[in-house]
Amino acid sequence: MEILTTIFIHPFFDMAADPILFLQVIWEGFVTGILYSLIALGFVLIFKASGVFNFAQGIMVVFAALTLVGLHENGIPAYIALPITILVMYALAISVERLVLRPLVNQPDIILFMATIGVTFFLIGFGEFIFGGEPKMMITEELLLPYGSITFFDDMLILQEIDIAASGIAALALIFLALFLGKTKIGIALRAVADDNQAALSVGVSLNTIWVLVWFISGIIALITGIMWGAKSDVSFALSIIAFKALPVLILGGFTSVQGAIVGGLIIGIGEKIGEFYWGDLVGGSIESWLAYMIALVFLLFRPQGLFGEKIIERV
Amino acid sequence: MLYREAGQFKTTYIRDQELFPVKQDRWGIFVIIGFSFIIVPLIANDYWLQAILIPFLIYSLSALGLNMLTGYAGQLSLGTGGFMAVGAYACYKLVTVFPETNVIILILISGLFSAGIGLIFGIPSLRIKGFYLAVATLAAQFFFEWLFGRVQWFYNYNNSGAIEVPVRNFFDIAVTGPTATTQARYMVVLCIVTVLALVAVNLVRGRIGRAWMAIRDMDIAAELIGIRPFPTKLIAFAISSYYAGVAGALFVFTYLGSAEVEVFDINMSFEILFMVIIGGLGSISGAFLGAAFIVLIPILITNLPLILGIPINSATVEHFNFMILGALIVLFLIFEPHGLAKIWSIVREKLRAWPFPY
Repeated sequence: MEILTTIFIHPFFDMAADPILFLQVIWEGFVTGILYSLIALGFVLIFKASGVFNFAQGIMVVFAALTLVGLHENGIPAYIALPITILVMYALAISVERLVLRPLVNQPDIILFMATIGVTFFLIGFGEFIFGGEPKMMITEELLLPYGSITFFDDMLILQEIDIAASGIAALALIFLALFLGKTKIGIALRAVADDNQAALSVGVSLNTIWVLVWFISGIIALITGIMWGAKSDVSFALSIIAFKALPVLILGGFTSVQGAIVGGLIIGIGEKIGEFYWGDLVGGSIESWLAYMIALVFLLFRPQGLFGEKIIERV
Repeated sequence: MLYREAGQFKTTYIRDQELFPVKQDRWGIFVIIGFSFIIVPLIANDYWLQAILIPFLIYSLSALGLNMLTGYAGQLSLGTGGFMAVGAYACYKLVTVFPETNVIILILISGLFSAGIGLIFGIPSLRIKGFYLAVATLAAQFFFEWLFGRVQWFYNYNNSGAIEVPVRNFFDIAVTGPTATTQARYMVVLCIVTVLALVAVNLVRGRIGRAWMAIRDMDIAAELIGIRPFPTKLIAFAISSYYAGVAGALFVFTYLGSAEVEVFDINMSFEILFMVIIGGLGSISGAFLGAAFIVLIPILITNLPLILGIPINSATVEHFNFMILGALIVLFLIFEPHGLAKIWSIVREKLRAWPFPY
């Protein structure tokens, strides 16, 4: 009985006793959730357009951030380093399409998945070889991002300005992406490929161009995520662990749904912060590493295709 | 000419159903087993046994387990490292709780614990498929990494947080712990791996293996011809986790000697998956070939500059190691997506016809 009250009642009392703290926890969860959403979004775009489960998305985040910071360290000012990094991501997209995807067309999904793990290993080695393995500071100031914090309720609620900026930029990126997918000719072609790549091919959409494009867009999303996450901690290959945080977001939201990635990211981000803060101590702390998976698993038992995934129809 | 099975015919059904129906295969297997049991312990030095052969055999065992799950039953799993950790920690607890019992038996029993865990994490496989399932099995990986790192009971409350393997004898010969010779440990691993590999060969060609393959190829069709998907998938998870568990126990007890849970991190799971894919999905010999490849390549990359006499510092070697491994994996998938086992079967076809072109 004692145990049941500590599990089911005390945490809720804690929440009610200090609502501002609760708000703070939710805000922290919200900010992490946005970053998870962004990573998941990169996954979803590539999965939809090419059916590739892109394990390298996490490492692309690090690679993009590392390129930016590394260029800056070598004396290139931020406003030039940023476009160069975007170019690097474009080059990466082209080389992945040429060297990895195109030769592996029509292979089973698991082979393509393994290939992206190969790409991950290559990028880790390549990034460390060029920029060195030690953690670096993100160039927050040079990119004109705000730092510092604003407080509410007599310093009880602290919002980091970089977090607010991150949410704003993420929202802008999402709106931009939605407009791009919905209104431009290329965006519509991209959605056609996602829907049915053979039909798209037959009406004259070039699959190769589309693949380069989605990898490039994912690369840019990775760069945004990398800058935001890098501003919160340092830039190092340890960051790629966030890719594993984005995976439960994916199964929660569905591999093929953009809305799913966003909603799923927020659920996982907020859920895991609340779980860690109010229940974590009961079982020894640091439950963040697997709590997200458990949340996602429970959802999956009821909806195997994720929250927004397309209904899986099977035929013999 | 070398590999022609013409003239080999069977007169009884029992002879027809034997494990290796072709004479050359049979003798080849006998030679390999005899060589690894008799010649290798005599000629191999400690470096070869410790750095290459023991890890190779243990990885093969784990890859064998995953291959039955992923290659034969078609259920993608990324939780192998977690299941190996369960085996290792179960074995450690068993050995310290029952110090009198034979350690070999305990290693084999510890696999049962991870089989049970595998059953539990296999339950979602009925509802979810493909990559969704793969991500769900990651839950096992992260949960056990956390559990064995946090809950002190599992490592007997010692300060280091690592599990230290005690000395245990097998008929007066130390087989685990610091005083065991490399040869003794090699023999233990070799015996267990040989027996379990033979079991695996028989499993996949029998009723269970055929049911797995039917499920893999199309599960709804399999259901229609009377294979119950849920028990079949669960058996695949249990047996695969059993192999992973025994491999995990051997990994700590005969290879590392002492270990923290970080040994069984997510990279371990990926390494084993690489072995299965590079070796060839749905092939027993593929598990061994893949393990050999993944064990040997990093050693080769590290030692090649030394052999060639190129001065290079170890950090750069580490980076190149990653780059070359990544590039090799991609190249391998492009040129032979069916793995080393496929290459071997091509070679075999060529050998049959040799010296004629066809």
